[in-house]
Amino acid sequence: MTVQGTEAPGRIDDSRAPVALHGAALVADASGALLWPAEGVLAVADLHLEKGSAFAARGRMLPPYDTRATLERLAALVDREKPARVLCLGDSFHDRRAGARMESADAERLRALTADAADWVWITGNHDPDPPEGLGGRSVAEFRLGPLVFRHEAQPGAVGELSGHLHPAAALALGGRRVRDRCFVTDGAKLVLPAFGSFAGGLNVLNPAIAGLLAPRFDALLTVRGRIHRFPRDRLSPDRGG
Amino acid sequence: MDAPSSAHPLPAPIPPNIAAWFRAKGWAPHAHQVAMVEAAERGESALLIAPTGGGKTLAGFLPSLIELAERPREGLHTLYISPLKALAVDIQRNLDTPIAEMRLPIRAETRTGDTPEAKRRRQRAHPPHMLMTTPESLALLLSYADSDRLFRGLRCVIVDELHALAGTKRGDLLALGLARLSRLAPAARRVGLSATVAEPERLLAWLSRSGRWSADGGDGDVRLVLGRSGAQAEIGILDTKERLPWAGHMALHALAEVYDRIRRHRTTLIFVNTRAQAELVFQALWRVNDDNLPIALHHGSLAAEQRRKVEGAMARGELRAVVATSSLDLGIDWAAVDLVVQIGAPKGSSRLVQRIGRANHRLDEPSRALLVPANRFEVLECRAALDAVHDRRLDGEAPRPGGIDVLAQHLLGMACAAPFLPDALYEEVISAAPYATLLRDEFDDVLDFVSTGGYALGAYERFQRLRRREDGRLSVAGPAVARQYRMNVGTITQEALLRVRLNRGPVLGEVEEYFIQGLTPGDSFLFAGQLLKFLGVREMEAQVAKGGSGDPKVPAYAGGRLPLTTHLAERVRAMLADPRSWDRLPGDVKEWLTLQRLRSLLPSRDGLLVETFPKAGKRFLVAYAFEGRNAHQTLGMLLTRRMERFGLGPLGFVATDYVLAVWSLRSPSSTQGADMDALFDQDMLGDDLEAWMDESSMLRRTFRNVALIAGVIDRRHPGQEKTGRQVTFSSDLIYDVLRKHDPGHVLLRATRADAAGGLTDVRRLSDFLARVRGRITHKDLDRISPLAVPVILEIGRERVDGSATDELLAAAADALVAEAMPELRQTAAAPAEQGRLSL
Repeated sequence: MTVQGTEAPGRIDDSRAPVALHGAALVADASGALLWPAEGVLAVADLHLEKGSAFAARGRMLPPYDTRATLERLAALVDREKPARVLCLGDSFHDRRAGARMESADAERLRALTADAADWVWITGNHDPDPPEGLGGRSVAEFRLGPLVFRHEAQPGAVGELSGHLHPAAALALGGRRVRDRCFVTDGAKLVLPAFGSFAGGLNVLNPAIAGLLAPRFDALLTVRGRIHRFPRDRLSPDRGG
Repeated sequence: MDAPSSAHPLPAPIPPNIAAWFRAKGWAPHAHQVAMVEAAERGESALLIAPTGGGKTLAGFLPSLIELAERPREGLHTLYISPLKALAVDIQRNLDTPIAEMRLPIRAETRTGDTPEAKRRRQRAHPPHMLMTTPESLALLLSYADSDRLFRGLRCVIVDELHALAGTKRGDLLALGLARLSRLAPAARRVGLSATVAEPERLLAWLSRSGRWSADGGDGDVRLVLGRSGAQAEIGILDTKERLPWAGHMALHALAEVYDRIRRHRTTLIFVNTRAQAELVFQALWRVNDDNLPIALHHGSLAAEQRRKVEGAMARGELRAVVATSSLDLGIDWAAVDLVVQIGAPKGSSRLVQRIGRANHRLDEPSRALLVPANRFEVLECRAALDAVHDRRLDGEAPRPGGIDVLAQHLLGMACAAPFLPDALYEEVISAAPYATLLRDEFDDVLDFVSTGGYALGAYERFQRLRRREDGRLSVAGPAVARQYRMNVGTITQEALLRVRLNRGPVLGEVEEYFIQGLTPGDSFLFAGQLLKFLGVREMEAQVAKGGSGDPKVPAYAGGRLPLTTHLAERVRAMLADPRSWDRLPGDVKEWLTLQRLRSLLPSRDGLLVETFPKAGKRFLVAYAFEGRNAHQTLGMLLTRRMERFGLGPLGFVATDYVLAVWSLRSPSSTQGADMDALFDQDMLGDDLEAWMDESSMLRRTFRNVALIAGVIDRRHPGQEKTGRQVTFSSDLIYDVLRKHDPGHVLLRATRADAAGGLTDVRRLSDFLARVRGRITHKDLDRISPLAVPVILEIGRERVDGSATDELLAAAADALVAEAMPELRQTAAAPAEQGRLSL
């Protein structure tokens, strides 16, 4: 796997940003995926497949296209990066019955994706403690590689840890306008990935649920329209003073 | 209730005990009140159009009072629907007096969102004779299985302030509710009460049981009753001694003169167009209030308690002036008001007439009103509005079809009430005027949407919310669906609001969340008439303290800014094009227009004048379109896209009610093919519009409202109020996915339809582009023209809405004026204490 789009050595285009974590050289992609070029790893968090149909089953008719939209973006990424290993950091499926509700075309597409990868790993999450059968890939509670550990929910004090679960988002004021979008957030010891799913919302990183996990100084890597921008904590704004 | 005043002989239809009551009061019924009684005796529906203060409400209720006095009975007899909760409560209180005095066997009650649950249950079991309610509460009542029993004996439905409801989504919801009422209670008459409008036919159609009105009036089922129109209003435009500002909307230059008028009148009502304006004008008036006159403030963001206090003091005649927004447009009458002041241009002649109508409710005396234009274009607009009032010409509005989202909500509500046959419900729906032209296909699409979401994928067949029974009727799939419906009923959507609390003490009112997000602790802002210091946000409330320092940020509220109407725009263009009419304008303005004629051209009546000129290293393009700020915003978005394609390097634009200004790196004249005909070609409404819809935040906001009303996203979940921010975020995700995977979906169609008439005003823009085709005059200038000065001054203050003070603007104006009109340099010199602001 290569880092593409570099125009000059040492300079990465603005759809990617380098991140160092516990000695590993990682790349945050504006798509919301995290790349570890040295290990050929592509990691995404919180796909929440079939979230739309989960609402529909309860009478709230959200569009049914979220699985399709999420898988299309994921397939494009895999096609571009050709990773040796794909890690899905939990809550890949919105609930236990997500597999049963999935349209056959979407299930087909997902099977093709998992079959193509040398190693496709479903890390389990609170929404999907038992990922559906028959869609390929293997299921583990957490995944360790070199100095890093990948899991769904961050554990206080753990270092070299990549997780999802929290759907981080960051907001900031820019020239009188307010920008808010999904983001990666890291303090150098931990990194939390943004949710990748099309229907997954976001939680402000200044919320104690996220900020409380991290060291007092941390950075948010904001993904906005195919670009990624890094901001220190003190540039960010809360959603409502909290 | 308004007191009828003039002496008529008591006509036959008024029974003796009621006639005696009139006599005891020293009153006699107005002719229109008698006409309403006569219509009722014949069982006819009626539309009463009368100016405020004509005893309109009594005219609406009189037939019901008579009927119930003569033939006492149990059960709901008359339903009264008002757009305001407060008005419903007010009317009930006012009815209680005559009912008590005449000892009529009538019970009148209100039912709104504030009515306690126990009382609501009792009202459904033992309904009062008269029920005062709102469109939303009616929709809820109609969704219960017992609605049939409740409304079966209904004889009369009164819709108050019909002019304010018809043509809105709340009006759509109400029209659908009335269609259902007519099925439940075929004998019920409909009564509409309205202020003066341009086209009564539209309201007659709205009120009709067929939803239609034929031009010949032959088969109409609604009788039109016209109240006596009052004496011609005495309206003037303030002839200020001060220099007329070039831009800005606050008219601070004239407030000393306004104060002088307040001193010379008993009670003055001062109308402004936005809440931000209300705060500033109120502050400025108190700065010159040397006599400490009781002057109060009233706008929709203030806490209800504060507003009631002001209204009470007003009713008792304790106030000399109230600064108010349209929060006082409707309803409660103020007999003591002897002067109405309109600060800033009225934006439409109907609105001006309704506002003037708030003064002096004795019809024999003329209303007195004073218009205070805040800038030079507004002088033209005020003049045009005044001419229109004298010609008794009001703004006609193009009728808009009923909202698809509202229909979706209604269909679900009807399913909650009882299983229905789609054929029968379709017939019922098209008997409501806003849906009279709804095609069956469209109806079926909406029904499909209600049932399974209506997605092309057809994935949700198994999650149907409506189930088809063996007899062909559709019913709700379970009680959870009905619960969800009842929690989300209504069409009012608004920005998330935060309460403003003073030092953990009283709540002063509410402001939009986005405004608070723009503040940092320590910032000061004007609210509820005081300078406040922002401390922070705690538990969904903005905590503030008194005092504060530095430049206050005035709450910049969403909405409240109506665009200039097409009718007034036409008059303004006509005035500009005809120098003979300028004699009626103030000297400053006449001079300004004369110089424009010398330096450039005057905009013509039917064509479009476009000026281009260089300034500060940039190329400016100013289009004098006069189509209102919403249409201009859209035009700006589309035009800059096109200029981008032509390689002109557009940098930004600003839209006012009158003109659009765009600035770019290169001049259109420098580029082959980029002439004005090409830039303003109608085809910009094709692909450019589509592309813009992808990213426009306005479309996203429109979609959010549509999705809320249609019930795709929840207004609130049980036990958990969703915050506005979360709703915005998730509706954006839905919008993106839907646009990509189901672009023809019924919700997107509804969003486009809404946008066409609302925030983006695409319909008006489209009419405009067609009108000016082949009639565009391009004037290439070597510097800014006099007419362009106001819009250039607006640049840079759009985002900070209201935070730039008019004084600061005045300084900027002087520099520009000197450039545009060196001959005015003498008078335009900046006062010594003001700095200069370069653009």
